Amino acid sequence: MTSTLTAIVILGAIGVTLAIILYLVSKRFAVDEDPRIDEMEQRLPGANCGGCGYPGCRNFAEACVRDDLNRLFCPVGGNDTMKAVAVVLGKEPVQTAPKLAVLLCNGACDKRPKTNRYDGAPSCGIEALTYAGDTACSYGCLCQGDCVDACTFGALHMDPTTGLPVVDERRCTACGACVNTCPRGLFELRRQGEDGKRVYVACRNKDKGATARKACTVACISCSKCQQVCPSEAITIAENLAYIHDMACTACGTCVSVCPTGTIRSTFTLEPAQV
Amino acid sequence: MKTSARRIKTFNIGGIHPPDHKLTAHLPIQRLGLPETAVVLLHQHLGAPAIPMVSKGDTVKVGQLIARADGFVSANIHAPVSGKVIKVEAVTDVTGYVQPAIHIAVEGDDWKDDIDRSDTLVTDCSLEPKAIVDKVFEAGIVGLGGACFPTHVKLTPPPGKPIDCVIINAVECEPYLTTDHRLLLEKGEEIVVGTSLLMKATGATKGYIGIEVNKMDAIQSLQTLCKHHEGVQVVPLKMKYPQGGEKQLIDAITGRRVPSGKFPYDVGTVVVNASTTFAIYEAVQKNKPLIERVLTVTGETVEKLGNYRVRIGSPLNLLVEAAGGVSEHTAKLVAGGPMMGKALSSVETPVTKGTGGLLMLSEQVAVRKPSRSCIRCGKCITACPMGLEPYLFMNLAEHEAWEKLEKALIMDCIECGCCTYSCPSNRPLLDYLRLGKTTVGRLRKTRQPA
Repeated sequence: MTSTLTAIVILGAIGVTLAIILYLVSKRFAVDEDPRIDEMEQRLPGANCGGCGYPGCRNFAEACVRDDLNRLFCPVGGNDTMKAVAVVLGKEPVQTAPKLAVLLCNGACDKRPKTNRYDGAPSCGIEALTYAGDTACSYGCLCQGDCVDACTFGALHMDPTTGLPVVDERRCTACGACVNTCPRGLFELRRQGEDGKRVYVACRNKDKGATARKACTVACISCSKCQQVCPSEAITIAENLAYIHDMACTACGTCVSVCPTGTIRSTFTLEPAQV
Repeated sequence: MKTSARRIKTFNIGGIHPPDHKLTAHLPIQRLGLPETAVVLLHQHLGAPAIPMVSKGDTVKVGQLIARADGFVSANIHAPVSGKVIKVEAVTDVTGYVQPAIHIAVEGDDWKDDIDRSDTLVTDCSLEPKAIVDKVFEAGIVGLGGACFPTHVKLTPPPGKPIDCVIINAVECEPYLTTDHRLLLEKGEEIVVGTSLLMKATGATKGYIGIEVNKMDAIQSLQTLCKHHEGVQVVPLKMKYPQGGEKQLIDAITGRRVPSGKFPYDVGTVVVNASTTFAIYEAVQKNKPLIERVLTVTGETVEKLGNYRVRIGSPLNLLVEAAGGVSEHTAKLVAGGPMMGKALSSVETPVTKGTGGLLMLSEQVAVRKPSRSCIRCGKCITACPMGLEPYLFMNLAEHEAWEKLEKALIMDCIECGCCTYSCPSNRPLLDYLRLGKTTVGRLRKTRQPA
C-alpha cells in the first residue's frame, strides 16, 4: 500500500515540477505574433497552392502584415478575399481584374499531323528534353498532361478527341501552376473579360508562315490581317506570331472573323451583324 | 612496364554486357560523294554557338573558316565543301528544334591551298606544346565520340594540375558502331603519331591506347606500330559497356578514381577519342581542319552496310541512300549508337561533328515495352557505373524533390542508360534521370550570383 502511495507522490511531484518549468519557459520564450495573422489565415482559401508566390497561405498572411498590400494578390480567393484581408488589416483593398489560365495551342490531332511516334516516359517535361515532339510543330502541346497533374484544383482535363488539355473556367483560380509546369510555356493567365468575353491567339509557333502552316493547319502564319483590322490597336506581331494584349482588347471579335487559319479564338459567338 | 600475364583490365563499378553487333567491322572506309547543298550547323559542340563569318553570296573554299568560336568553350567551324553561301538560316537539327546554320550550294571541290591532302605520314613535329593546342583550336576539333566537347579546352588544364598520362579512347563500347575500329586499322600510324602529339601538348610522359578485346586485329596492329614510339602503349580491355566513358576508362587503365564533381585533369589524365586523335594528327601535321568524319551505317534491317567518310553538313539522306533506303521492317532510325544515340524524327537533318553513325532498328528491338512497377531488385544499382541509385532518382524526380536529387549526386550521372537496359520492369529510368539532371542544373544556375 505504502509503495503505491510513494509512487503516486513521486510522480505527482515530478509532474508538478515539470508543469511549473514548462509554464515558466513558455512565458520566457513566448513568440509574439501578430494576432491578425491567425485571423487572416482563416479568411484565406487554405489551398496552399503557391499561386501567390509564397509556399502556403500562412506565409502569405505574414507577408500581408509585413509588406505593401499593393504587391500581393491571392489569385484563388480573388478580390473578395483581398477585401477581407484589407478589412482585417484596416487598409484599402486593392482590386485586380480576375484572371484565368488559357491554352495557347489549337493543334488538335486532326489539325496537326503526326510525323513520328514518341514512346518514352509519359511526361511533357521529358518529351521536351528529348526532342521537338511527335508533330512538325516544335512549339505546340505535347499532350502528355503534365499540366493536369500540376493543377491542384482539378480545373484541367485532357480532351480525348483533340488530345489537348481543357481549362474548366469555373474551377480555374489562376494560381499559375500550369503556366510554370508546361515546358512549352503554352499557358497564359489572361483577364477573364467582361461577361467572360475573351479573344486570344491560340498559337505559339514562331516558325515562318509556310513552315508553320505545313506543320499545323490552325497555326498563326503572321499574315498581320488581324493587326490591320483591330480598331483598338491591341494586336502586335513579333517573331512570326501575333499577340493580343488583353489590357487593350475590347473583345469586339473583328480579328476572329478575318483570321484565315482560325487561329484566333473567342469565348463567344459573333453576332451576324459584326461579321 | 613489362607485359605480364595479368588479367585483362576493365573498370570496377557496374557496367553491362550488351551484344556488340559489330556488323560492319570488316568493311573498309569508303568515301561518300558530295551533297548538292551542305547545311553546316553553328552549334555542333558543347558551349556557345559559333559566330558566322560569311553571308549570303560569299564564295567559300573547302577548309575555309566560316564561323568562329564564341569564347573559350566553343569551337571554330570550317566550310566542308566549296561553293556559294545561299543563306544563313535556321534549320531543324536531330532533335527537331531549330538551330542557326550556314547553307552552302556545292560547286566543284576547291580546297584551300595550305591544306596537305596527300596520304604521306608526317611523324616529326617541331611545334611547341602551346602551338599544338592553338592548332587544335584553330581546326575546330571537338570530341568525336559524341559529346562534342571542344578538345583544346581538355588540353588546357588549369594551372597547378599537371598531366602525366594521355589516354586514347579506342574502346568503342557502343554496340553496332565501328568507326574507331576501322580508323585504328586503316590509320593506325596516324593515330599513334597523334598520341605523341597529345603527349607533347600536355607534357605527359605516358600514352595509353585503350582497346576492347573484340578488336583483336586492331590491338595487334597497333602494338606493332607502338614499338617505334616511346611511351605509347596499347592496353587491351575486357568488353564492358560503358568503358568508353571518360571516368570509367581512367579507372580501367590507371586505376585512378575521379571524385564526384571533379574532372580527369584532377587525377592527371586527359582522355581523347581515337577518331579525335586522328583529326588532331590531320590538323597539326596536315593543316586540315575538322570538315569530315567517319560514320557507320548499320542495323539488321539495312540492305547495304558500310563505313563512310562523309563531309560534315551532308544530309543524313545521303547515308540513307548509301544504305539502299529505309526498308519496311525499320521502325526507328537512330543517329549514333543504340545506347547513347538519338532517335531521328527526320532524315533531312545534316551530319554534324558528333554524329557517329546511322542505325536502323526493327520494330522488335526499337519499340519500348510497357513500364511496370519497381520491384526493388536493385539491378539498376548493380549496373550503374557511377555507383548511383537510379530507382531512387526516378522516384524523387517523379515527386519533383529536386534538392534531394542534388544531394543524392544526380549530377554524377553520365546518362549511359545501363539502368534502363537492366531494368526487368522496363521502367524509363534514364528519361527521369535526364529530367532530374536538367532541372537540378537549372536550379544551380539560378543560385549562382550573376
